[in-house]
Amino acid sequence: MANKPMKIKAWIEEGTTNVAGVKVIVFHDMESGLRKDKATGQVVPAHYITEVACEHNGKNVMTCLWGPAVSKNPFLSFRVKNAKKGDTIKLSWVDNKGEKEIGESTVE
Amino acid sequence: MKQTRRTFLRTTLAASSVAIAVGAGLITPRNVLAAWPKNAFDAKTMDEAMTGIAGSTTAAASNDITVEAPDIAENGAVVSVTIKTTIANVEQMSVLVPKNTNPLCASYILTGNVDSFVTCRIKMRETSDVVAVIKAGGKLFSAKKPVKVTLGGCGG
Repeated sequence: MANKPMKIKAWIEEGTTNVAGVKVIVFHDMESGLRKDKATGQVVPAHYITEVACEHNGKNVMTCLWGPAVSKNPFLSFRVKNAKKGDTIKLSWVDNKGEKEIGESTVE
Repeated sequence: MKQTRRTFLRTTLAASSVAIAVGAGLITPRNVLAAWPKNAFDAKTMDEAMTGIAGSTTAAASNDITVEAPDIAENGAVVSVTIKTTIANVEQMSVLVPKNTNPLCASYILTGNVDSFVTCRIKMRETSDVVAVIKAGGKLFSAKKPVKVTLGGCGG
């Protein structure tokens, strides 16, 4: 399970009036299933986020399909068009064990 | 204690509202999960991964795609990669590393409401190209950037 709630930051990009930059950090182990535990010699079972849905004011704008090769505590950055201050950015992820988390932020 | 009709109703009603809340919360991830292309992520070769995620192994090399990644990555477990393009009508952007155990790292399904710009961090097992494959208007385009990895990020 994620240790800490995900962090989402969204703001209107400098030099634009309606493009919102969004940066997200999800706290997740992202185990690839290839790594061995040094102490026991056992392979650590795979545990990684498979999908992230990004919503802008309740409308899906992007879907991320992730594999085990995405780094631990994944960072994601993207830009939403036609955004303005106060809009909501919502992200929800689900991993290969069915665990999930939903996070929300407003555009600054 | 004998259970009265009132307490019985109260407890069952409370329980059912919880069940509804859980059910509602499950809808989105379940729908989403069905689309995850397992065979593409499990693929061991570049061709299999390309077929799985993009439906074809051939992609035209394009100068309109920018792949930003470090020339030398000191730690293969965290390699920051940015893909952006000026190609119009982008539907999907994928990041692949041919020399990883499973080449496909991540794929982004875009709508018209986002810029063709994504940054993420990936793991790299060894020195390799980072390949961006972009699907736009039903066609495939690609670009790559070599990244030298001094410490691998997959396996221990």
